[in-house]
Amino acid sequence: MPKVHLRSHTLEPSYDVVIIGGGGHGLATAYYLAKEFGVRRVVVLERAYIGSGGTGRNTTVLRANYKTPETIRFYKKSFDLYATLAQDLDYNMLRSERGLLWLAHSEPQLRNQRERALQNQHFGVNTVFLGAEQVHEVCPQLDMTAGSKRPILGAAYHPPGAIIRHDAVAWGYAAAAERLGVQIHQGVEVTGLRIEGARCLGVETNRGFIGAGAVLSAVGGYVTQIAEMARIRLPIVTHPLQAFVTEAYKPVLDRIVASADLHIYISQSARGELLVGAEIDPYSSYATRSTFPFLASCASRAIDLFPFMARLRILRQWTGVCDMTPDYSPLMGLTAVDRFCISSGWGTWGFKAIPASGILMAELLASGKVPPLMAPFALDRFRWDRAVPERASAGTH
Amino acid sequence: MALMFPCPQCGSRPFTEFWCGGELPDGGHGAAGDIEADYARVWLKRNVCGDQPERWFHHAGCRRWISLTRHTVTNLIHDVV
Ligand SMILES: Cc1cc2nc3c(=O)[nH]c(=O)nc-3n(C[C@H](O)[C@H](O)[C@H](O)COP(=O)(O)OP(=O)(O)OC[C@H]3O[C@@H](n4cnc5c(N)ncnc54)[C@H](O)[C@@H]3O)c2cc1C
Ligand SMILES: [Zn+2]
Repeated sequence: MPKVHLRSHTLEPSYDVVIIGGGGHGLATAYYLAKEFGVRRVVVLERAYIGSGGTGRNTTVLRANYKTPETIRFYKKSFDLYATLAQDLDYNMLRSERGLLWLAHSEPQLRNQRERALQNQHFGVNTVFLGAEQVHEVCPQLDMTAGSKRPILGAAYHPPGAIIRHDAVAWGYAAAAERLGVQIHQGVEVTGLRIEGARCLGVETNRGFIGAGAVLSAVGGYVTQIAEMARIRLPIVTHPLQAFVTEAYKPVLDRIVASADLHIYISQSARGELLVGAEIDPYSSYATRSTFPFLASCASRAIDLFPFMARLRILRQWTGVCDMTPDYSPLMGLTAVDRFCISSGWGTWGFKAIPASGILMAELLASGKVPPLMAPFALDRFRWDRAVPERASAGTH
Repeated sequence: MALMFPCPQCGSRPFTEFWCGGELPDGGHGAAGDIEADYARVWLKRNVCGDQPERWFHHAGCRRWISLTRHTVTNLIHDVV
């Protein structure tokens, strides 16, 4: 096991690439820049501590069962990179394949899930459609009547669906990037961009100006603030997303269960906690406050699916902020400002995207050319009516 | 404690009775007639971290739109019309 704490470096006056934000996307991009493209004068500037944003707050679901060709290809690449990430970074990530059930309790959702299974199969992603009886076989713990409210009619089943330890993803990328010469500075906040003649020259920070050959914004829900520094407006609205865990319970649930109609998903962590996530707060906000109405409504929906959960106590509830796009797809690539790129639109679905986004962003920064897998997610796609609609399958995880 | 909205018609009501209509675009809701301006108005957001002018629809009450300013960190509300 490699040493995990970060070394301290002196902040240099300039770097080839400055990455704003020490979440999964920023750290992965730094790692692949050094590993795959030989760009080693790279710095990651993180205003708090690495993994303190969405990367350390998410519910860790990995899957590739999306709906549009563009996104299925993209997330499949990410899923495949995740499969060998522990070996590649020499860091234990406790990845655990569980099988993901996506339940339908209504005719429209049944059609939706059947279509998803077919579309996935067409692109080589393992998803099958199951009727109610088969759902019961795959997960006998489920109350098939959902609390006598909305009987389960069927599901799309994605056997490779997995969970992984989120902190380990951040720390694994950070440690591996450092070994390749990347610098990671915590407690450094970017407060401005220096732009001359539509070209980005570097960043202003609480530790002074830092020059850069290229700058990447990878700040999750805070992207609007960084884009504003370049006078760029984005199709992004920031919404809180909450989750909670119960106290540890004996091993009881080996699947990940999501419900499209109840807007909820549940898994059991390696420590035994039942982890429950649901929909975003219904209004924009930058607050990471958790709310009681969310907890009450979410817990009651969880109990509808798994009646035994009524006996469990809540251990912890938390909130992260998400950079939501109108079509629920990523928003990444070049901007109107030369040498300034953005990785955003990770919303409630971006943890699973970290490896693919990292390697593609590194390629863009190193070559200046948008890789084909990234092209559909261009920042100005709504200007050209090129939305990549994923609302039905981005779900909330 | 749930977020409460002061509806000019119905008084103080919980936010679950409302739908959020999102931020008010800079130039109001009328079409600008120019394609670039319309694109910006429809798709690009200010996504303010602070006081943000917004519209909300009171679907479980008077069923009218109200305009207000909400602080997107503290949720403090003022300027309700
Ligand atoms: C409750 C919850 C559950 C989720 N579940 C899932 C899931 O199951 N599967 C999935 O795929 N996705 C999930 N997501 C979404 C996922 O967490 C995010 O999309 C992803 O973590 C975004 O990573 P990031 O690196 O872009 O941003 P973050 O991890 O948020 O990192 C951004 C970093 O930038 C820093 N920063 C911000 N401003 C500045 C500045 N001015 N200067 C310097 N640094 C700055 C922040 O401190 C932060 O550390 C979930 C999110 C939440 C909140
Ligand atoms: Zn009213």
